[in-house]
Amino acid sequence: MSIDIDTARKVAHLARIRVEEADLPALAGELSGILTFMEQLNEVDVTGIEPMTSVTPMRLKRRADVVTDGGIQARILSNAPDAREGFFAVPKVVE
Amino acid sequence: MTNLNELTIAAARDALRAGEVTSVDLTMACMTAMDAADGLNAFVHKTPEIALDQARAADARLQAGAAPAMCGIPLGIKDLFCTKGVPSQAASRILSGFRPEYESTVTTKLFDAGAVMLGKLNMDEFAMGSSNETSCYGDVVSPWRRGNDTTALTPGGSSGGSAAAVAADLCLGATGTDTGGSIRQPAAFTGIVGIKPTYGRVSRWGVVAFASSLDQAGPMAKTVRDAAIMLTAMAGEDAKDSTSAAIPVPDFEAALTGDIRGKVIGIPEEYSIDGMPQEISDLWAKGTEMLKDAGAKIRWISLPHTKYALPAYYVIAPAEASSNLARYDGVRYGHRAKLGQGDGITEMYEKTRAEGFGKEVQRRVMIGTYVLSAGFYDAYYNRARKVRALIKRDFELAFADGIDAILTPATPSAAFGLGEMAEADPVQMYLNDVFTVTVNLAGLPGISVPAGLDAKGLPLGLQLIGRPWEEGDLLNHAHVLERAAGFVSKPSKWW
Repeated sequence: MSIDIDTARKVAHLARIRVEEADLPALAGELSGILTFMEQLNEVDVTGIEPMTSVTPMRLKRRADVVTDGGIQARILSNAPDAREGFFAVPKVVE
Repeated sequence: MTNLNELTIAAARDALRAGEVTSVDLTMACMTAMDAADGLNAFVHKTPEIALDQARAADARLQAGAAPAMCGIPLGIKDLFCTKGVPSQAASRILSGFRPEYESTVTTKLFDAGAVMLGKLNMDEFAMGSSNETSCYGDVVSPWRRGNDTTALTPGGSSGGSAAAVAADLCLGATGTDTGGSIRQPAAFTGIVGIKPTYGRVSRWGVVAFASSLDQAGPMAKTVRDAAIMLTAMAGEDAKDSTSAAIPVPDFEAALTGDIRGKVIGIPEEYSIDGMPQEISDLWAKGTEMLKDAGAKIRWISLPHTKYALPAYYVIAPAEASSNLARYDGVRYGHRAKLGQGDGITEMYEKTRAEGFGKEVQRRVMIGTYVLSAGFYDAYYNRARKVRALIKRDFELAFADGIDAILTPATPSAAFGLGEMAEADPVQMYLNDVFTVTVNLAGLPGISVPAGLDAKGLPLGLQLIGRPWEEGDLLNHAHVLERAAGFVSKPSKWW
């Protein structure tokens, strides 16, 4: 399976990573190389095999549905590139 | 007398308890060594004030008596661990300036046990790499050289800073993490011991996530005994990590009886790969003999899906990474790109991530995005998870058949030169993980033990793989191998 330039552009957008048009052919080539390597998996007969979901068979733990933390707004915001009036600030989202 | 920074954890513990040295002495010795080793680029954020405060507190505790084994022991902490108030960047530009408001469970446990943090250690960006060349801090240089040749070598990766720091005696031990071999490969390249515990043995809380179903933290140390001591302090169930196991943590050091008589060691035929250097096969054969001489039974075994481990890993790990790394969006922490006139939120995401992520991380996020995208999910991701189930089953069948531990080489070669793989395609670099990655996919414990030097004087390691939750037994096998191999070489100091 080889990735063309349009697919590379689409993947970069889905991943929200800006890639310059000039860099797309090289990216497409690299991604194609990796996918070719993965294609070995098609040799394996996986009929009737369940996809592995956890390393050890375990029931996911449950806990009581109660608040265990809170009141730490300043700590939550302390690393934000832009925080105002107790909120994370971002460019305008709705016109 | 040995310099204090050259002590093992076990020797330092005994000297501390006997009152022969103080933690402040040990810590000062390590800080002096650390400051003289900037050429290795192992420590990227030094924390001398924290270290001295912790050392003084440890000394007070030791004087009061009954201090834990790790009390007063100076350590390096991989940059992947969040440490409160101290830069924790996962060696990525996208987390520049990030100072966590919280402490990871592993470092909390180590500090509660009295351990001392000297600083944060370099690594591959987001733990993606096998040579420590993808770090935003620049390459780590191995303390090892090929004899008199001054070519700068890789310490391996992703825990390259941890490996270099321990091998160069800048600290007594270090934390590492292992998603596909990131503890064991650098340990092998630098002549130290590194163990990846069973998945779920050590809490992942507060460790920057790469691939959540594969990531596991573990100790990197000078001896098997030190690894056992440190692992005992790091392991245990954690309410903050739902995948951490409710299985009691034994005293792993107590498992080091040195007796493996009657144990059955499996030698997997599929690990004899094409093009394996003669030195590696010889070392493997020698290791097999050592375990046999110690009274173990040797049996050839087959793990038929081994060859599919790397391709399965390079579907699953990037898929999980693309999801985990979606959180780096320039909103809550770290880097945000400067925006142009009229740029909206999508431009903010795209520019931030293009500037913040290095090339290898971008590549893996995009591969992960692709294999998870509509139309390809079954063909790649689900198929890889099925193959993963088969790889795990291979091991289960071997263990059910009476195998106690499996012996393999740790790496397909000795350390290579920094920059030597720059022109290679990404898949060539991925081949470094060929012997280690199966263990992550199956969730098993694996340990790398230094076992010899190659013709150029570089360390080579052997890997032992154990039954799930049997790290004690695994460490005991490793202890026997370590003793028989008698590896005592140290890099000669040039830095």
